Amino acid sequence: MKKRWICLFVENEIGVLARIAGLFSAKSYNLDSLTVGITEDSTISRMTISLTSDDKTFEQVKKQLNRSVEVIRLVDYTDTPIHMKEILFVKVNGCSDADINELFRISKVFNAAIIDYDGATVLLECTQTENRNNDLISLLNRKFINRIEIVRGGSVAVEAVCILER
Amino acid sequence: MKQITGADLFVKALKEEKVDVLFAYPGGQAIDLFNALYGEKEIDVILPRHEQGLIHAADGYARSTGKVGVCLVTSGPGATNLVTGIATANYDSVPLVCFTGQVPTNLIGNDAFQEVDIVGITRSICKYAVTVRKREELAETIKKAFVIARTGKPGVVVVDLPKDIQRAYGSDAYPKEVVIRGYKPQLSVHMGQINKALELLNHAEKPVFLIGGGVNIARANKEMTQLAELTGVPVVTTIMGKGAIPTAHSLYVGNLGIHGSFAANSAVSNCDVLFSIGTRFNDRITGKIEEFAAGAKIIHIDIDAASISRNIVVDVPIVADAKKAVCTLLGKAQPLSISEWTDEINRWKREYPIACPADRGKSGLTPQMMIEAVNETFTDAVIATDVGQNQLWATQFLALDENRQMLTSGGLGTMGYGFPAAIGAKLGNPHKNVIVISGDGGMQMNIQEMAAAVVYELPIMICILNNGYLGNVRQWQEMFYDRRYSSTCMRYRRSCETGCNKPNQECPEYTPDFVRLAESYGAKGIRVTKTEDIKAAFESAQKNKKTPTVIEFIIDREANVMPIVPPGNSLNDMILESEGYGE
Repeated sequence: MKKRWICLFVENEIGVLARIAGLFSAKSYNLDSLTVGITEDSTISRMTISLTSDDKTFEQVKKQLNRSVEVIRLVDYTDTPIHMKEILFVKVNGCSDADINELFRISKVFNAAIIDYDGATVLLECTQTENRNNDLISLLNRKFINRIEIVRGGSVAVEAVCILER
Repeated sequence: MKQITGADLFVKALKEEKVDVLFAYPGGQAIDLFNALYGEKEIDVILPRHEQGLIHAADGYARSTGKVGVCLVTSGPGATNLVTGIATANYDSVPLVCFTGQVPTNLIGNDAFQEVDIVGITRSICKYAVTVRKREELAETIKKAFVIARTGKPGVVVVDLPKDIQRAYGSDAYPKEVVIRGYKPQLSVHMGQINKALELLNHAEKPVFLIGGGVNIARANKEMTQLAELTGVPVVTTIMGKGAIPTAHSLYVGNLGIHGSFAANSAVSNCDVLFSIGTRFNDRITGKIEEFAAGAKIIHIDIDAASISRNIVVDVPIVADAKKAVCTLLGKAQPLSISEWTDEINRWKREYPIACPADRGKSGLTPQMMIEAVNETFTDAVIATDVGQNQLWATQFLALDENRQMLTSGGLGTMGYGFPAAIGAKLGNPHKNVIVISGDGGMQMNIQEMAAAVVYELPIMICILNNGYLGNVRQWQEMFYDRRYSSTCMRYRRSCETGCNKPNQECPEYTPDFVRLAESYGAKGIRVTKTEDIKAAFESAQKNKKTPTVIEFIIDREANVMPIVPPGNSLNDMILESEGYGE
């Protein structure tokens, strides 16, 4: 089993997201994250899909996606150099002064930002890789157990311009 | 530019696509389309009696003619009644375009009367589905639908037409061509891979061609036969591939799979090179997958990249159209010296033929006799089967060649398919004999189409093998479930004892009486209970030129399809005869 990344260019039409997501459920493929947004060409949407699978299943995933009429192009990002980011919001409730100081320290180390704050609740924003965000969440989960609310955006990825190795 | 309604453009598009038969059932949200079709001379508009029968008829038309089958139904229940037929056709790569009426665009999502999201419902069972949302996109969308349905791996396209689009005026132009940027069917054959495949084949000592439905769909039968003759390599087929070369050909071994012949299963189990074309290695043909063709190098040609190395890991994958690939191979292949191997296969064929034992039947009338009578009587025929034992016997015993074609629901296994498919086949092939081989269960699933067959004056011959059971499930219950005949007896009445597994006692009368039912529709009905009456029944049916003829064959209630590979077994672990089973 290995973590995989796919970049998918699809027709920007009603129902295409359902078709792609439906393919994963119909074939019992495990989908970790899927983001979609319009591109510089308004008729094309671009998806970043991550999944964890063995080699054989991943080959099938790519073939099945490729045979969809709505899929214009599929690029496998698994082993190519890419920039990848995921937006993450974490709201921490019931903070004492000491908690808030700790959160400021954490945000500095993780390169996150505290973007909202009302005395007892702090809102962190972090735009990092999925793994880095996982680390932040696990740390906050330990320190502020049952007091955090998480919103993750799913990853977006783009090929690197000058990096040669992943 | 002339302005016409969407409905008029729809009719124009059908004509441009050379649609000569339209299978159509009207309704509120399709009424404008039917209005535009009123009095239409160039398109034969057929009104089946149920939308499921309708789409199977379109499917039978498409399979038997090679043309795209076209359906038109209304929204809501009209559309949902297509669902089984869409899955049936798509699974067997049959090109269909299904137009569904839809509520006006401003009502979509409002839970309007007869509104369903048919595009959403069919998304996972068709090749492409789309709702037309703008009148100006109508022409291009219809063109796209036909192109997608008929090219590459053929399949079903659903085009959902909201009522306001049907009524809206717009351009009358219909494009000759269309560009679909995400859709690029494989058109070429990779020569490097073909050379690799031939390298393997030429050095093989025990090679076998395994041919699936792809060769029939590509209509590469003649070329496939030439390739087999040129190389001398024996040919095994799947159910869908049957007829790829004439079944009487000396190089034809038989069907493989769980009801395949001993020779075919042994050939695949023992071969050293398995050269497969147009099959997806479905579980019905592989048996226990770890032991399938265990000692063989496998070459796999298929139009669908996703079919390759999915169920079976192959050594030489080739994504190509079957006809193009076979033609390419024809130019480069050479004769092989494999007489020891072909002798061995021929010995298996001789020593272990498929046969329905007559002694098991109380009447002596076996399915094999009936099917062999079809073989002898009709040299030019389209034979549609239903699903179940009738289908399996047909796939075992039917003789197929360039003039005899079989239509069967191989992938989805849809009961109720055979009879309506035959209606479509007869409409597409008015000069051919069209024969249905059905069971008493499947026949009742679309019996209402008898009215359509009568009103369109289609002299179809409908053979019902009546054993009073849902026989295929009953056979499994007999062999693998301790004779617990749960919900499979068609002669059961409330007054019967519960848990009955004794079919040969005084059972209640079968209902319906198929002969009288046929007569009530205005068709002809014949019942055959004795072997010696089979021939006369077919002769009588052939004389009936204006209406369908139902011939009900009363067969042994517990006749089994043999041989069988028990579930979980490998192909070379078959039960050959049904002795030891039954009473």
